Amino acid sequence: MTYEKIPAEKFRFVQENEKLHDKELQTKARGFFADAMIRFSKNKSSVIAAYILLFLVLYAIFVPFISGYTANDKDPMYVNYPAFNSKLAPYGIMNGKYVMGSQNDKSMDIWYGVGEETGKNPVIRVVGTHETTVKKRGKEVVQYTYDIEVNRYYALGIMYRNFNQADYEKLQAWQNETGIQVIYPYVDPEDINGISDNPNIWFKLNSDGTAKKDENGNYIPAYSTRADKQGFEYNSIRIDGDPGNWVYSTAKSGSVQCRILYYNYYIYVNGHEPSYIMGTNVMGMDMFTCIGLGARFSLIFAILVSAINLTIGAIYGSIQGYYGGWIDMTLDRISDVLSGVPFVVVTTLFQLHLAQKVGVVPSFLFAFVLTGWISMAALTRKQFYRFKGQEFILAARTLGASDRRLMFKHIFPNAIGTIITSCALIIPGVIGSETSMTYLGIVDLTTYAGTTIGTLLSQGNAAVTTAPHAMLWPSMFLGLLMICFNLFGNGLRDAFNPTTRGVED
Amino acid sequence: MFKYALQRIFYMFCVFMIITLMCFILIRMLPLPVLPPEDPHTKVVEMRREALGYNEPYLVQFWLFLKNIVTDWNWGLSEKLYFGQDVWKIFIGKLPATMIVNLYSILWTIPVGIGLGVLAALKKNTWIDYFISTATMVVISVPSFVYAFLIQYLLCYKLQWFPFLMKGGTDYFSWAMFKSIVPPILSLSFGVIAGFTRTTRAELTEVLTSEFMLLARTKGLTKAQATVRHALRNCFVVIVPGIFGEFIGILGGSLIIEGIFAIPGVGGLTLNAINGLDYNIFMLSTCFYTAIGLAAGLVVDISYGFIDPRIRMGSKK
Repeated sequence: MTYEKIPAEKFRFVQENEKLHDKELQTKARGFFADAMIRFSKNKSSVIAAYILLFLVLYAIFVPFISGYTANDKDPMYVNYPAFNSKLAPYGIMNGKYVMGSQNDKSMDIWYGVGEETGKNPVIRVVGTHETTVKKRGKEVVQYTYDIEVNRYYALGIMYRNFNQADYEKLQAWQNETGIQVIYPYVDPEDINGISDNPNIWFKLNSDGTAKKDENGNYIPAYSTRADKQGFEYNSIRIDGDPGNWVYSTAKSGSVQCRILYYNYYIYVNGHEPSYIMGTNVMGMDMFTCIGLGARFSLIFAILVSAINLTIGAIYGSIQGYYGGWIDMTLDRISDVLSGVPFVVVTTLFQLHLAQKVGVVPSFLFAFVLTGWISMAALTRKQFYRFKGQEFILAARTLGASDRRLMFKHIFPNAIGTIITSCALIIPGVIGSETSMTYLGIVDLTTYAGTTIGTLLSQGNAAVTTAPHAMLWPSMFLGLLMICFNLFGNGLRDAFNPTTRGVED
Repeated sequence: MFKYALQRIFYMFCVFMIITLMCFILIRMLPLPVLPPEDPHTKVVEMRREALGYNEPYLVQFWLFLKNIVTDWNWGLSEKLYFGQDVWKIFIGKLPATMIVNLYSILWTIPVGIGLGVLAALKKNTWIDYFISTATMVVISVPSFVYAFLIQYLLCYKLQWFPFLMKGGTDYFSWAMFKSIVPPILSLSFGVIAGFTRTTRAELTEVLTSEFMLLARTKGLTKAQATVRHALRNCFVVIVPGIFGEFIGILGGSLIIEGIFAIPGVGGLTLNAINGLDYNIFMLSTCFYTAIGLAAGLVVDISYGFIDPRIRMGSKK
């Protein structure tokens, strides 16, 4: 059969009355941002960093509200104390642990005495025992000293406090209502070898200062029974074993002095037990709250600074990049001069000149804005140089688009991905500088923000040997925040950079 | 090239003068510290201020300030912290401590940083590279004072290897002094190492994949020869200016590290001047830090041109 001989009627149109269209794409359209997101999510470390960052931000937002403490809760006694929570303390965590070295028998008697009297034993465990032989009146005597771990909150124990009549009665009423013993029987210094500066001694002493014990090895109470010295009347709960004649206060001119258990007094004042899960700082503030407060300020401040710098930098850089020539040159010289001024100098001068007039925070903000926008402007300028010569701009210009339209409708949207992602890398920089300045004390934000990470760090550094936690937590928080921001920012930058597209696949 | 360098130096000088003028006026606008009325020095200080033109317009004051510096290098006297002493002498006395710490720091950090960077680039996409890159990323993010705390707590307090603060005195090259400045050196070092590692790794990775490397291998060089003679040399175009910049930065020091380890250096002096409102010291510090910042940038720019003939474009302007 030959093909030339096919009769015409055997031919048939494939379609006669319908129109041909391009088939719709069966795949899903993927926009620029969706694509960037997909590439971002492939970068494992950035994703982890993003989650940690989210956690830290949530911490900063919510902790100051839910911690139960505010910036004004400054306890005068619990200063630089380690972490403590009464619910978790029995399990060996957050038990206010603090190691005390070289405690002799005298001090050990007092520590155990505190536990005996108040029911809150400060001694967690004895870490080490040291034996020393000393010569005493020609005889060799073996003396022991101990290194012990104490719960600082319990070890504070009893302290003297003076009350006027009204307060004293209020405290008694509260005791009756709650059944919590705050006021403990008074001990007259005359009964304890004249010691008047240690309210924790409530037992009879030997002449060498150690506790006198009965045949069972128990302490012998030395509570005062001198009713003639008693202050205001005491009509409240009494401690166990009270025969009824122990005196609970002593008269001081116009007021009474009594021995109060500070832990319970704290409950009386604050309405709850002390619970400092990261310990307290040198101001007696809750570290957990303080870090939240500081971080909240840092984050808000950094975002604000970045937003302002982004706006100024984008406009400045657009003008530079779009017009080029002498405008570019002139504006570049201005930013050169500004970027040459050291940041410390800028901050100091702004603080000295403006802090009185517009407030500490705005003048600090101005200092950041004065030089901060320069890198943004340089970035925008570079992007503008990249796009302004391209054909679509020529086309738009031929169609009569104005300069402003070209700049902000055609070029800027192309550059926005790069510019915004660089923001994620600028924020940690701002937080770092802000922390340095508050750490150095050049800017004092405590009255405004309660506290800042920098202030916490400088307070912690002053007590690094006695209260390492006060320095550890803020440093860890800051370090983690910076690492996560940088990892997250790098991930974003790579994801939004179209040139890396498909490289890893 | 020479012309280009001269141009840049002149330009830098102009920028420096403008910044100095701005800061000078802003500092002179601040209210002066009140002098005690009965103090015998008060009259002298007032007369000095009169001579320095404190009642004249700011530009005249600036002119007198410059004239004093140019004619007899007189930066004024300290009015609060070191009453009546020459500011320049105080300042020079503080420089060695700052310099010694920074010098030790960069002397060992630069080789280590470059070495780690080269290692990471050569072992690209192995666990060594991943480890170094991640560590670099982490180290570079954390501010130096966090390291300072950790070092001070762990090495100085817990292990007691080093003293807590820098030793006093001026015996800068004695063993006791060296031991006492190890903690600040370490605190300063991490960031620098990480910076150099990152730059070196990025540059070397790029150079190693370029075509002339393939050519070098094809013509029979071993991998080591090709890397050292061709790749590293190209990579140093970026690294060497960084090293120069770092050396200029020796003078600057760090306010925070100097504070933590009680280094009697320029940073501490500046901070004291700020807190104690000693304007003459602050003015000198401002000029000093500005000059260092500008000079570092200048040296980096010019050295690029000297090292790499391809970058000498600025001269054609």
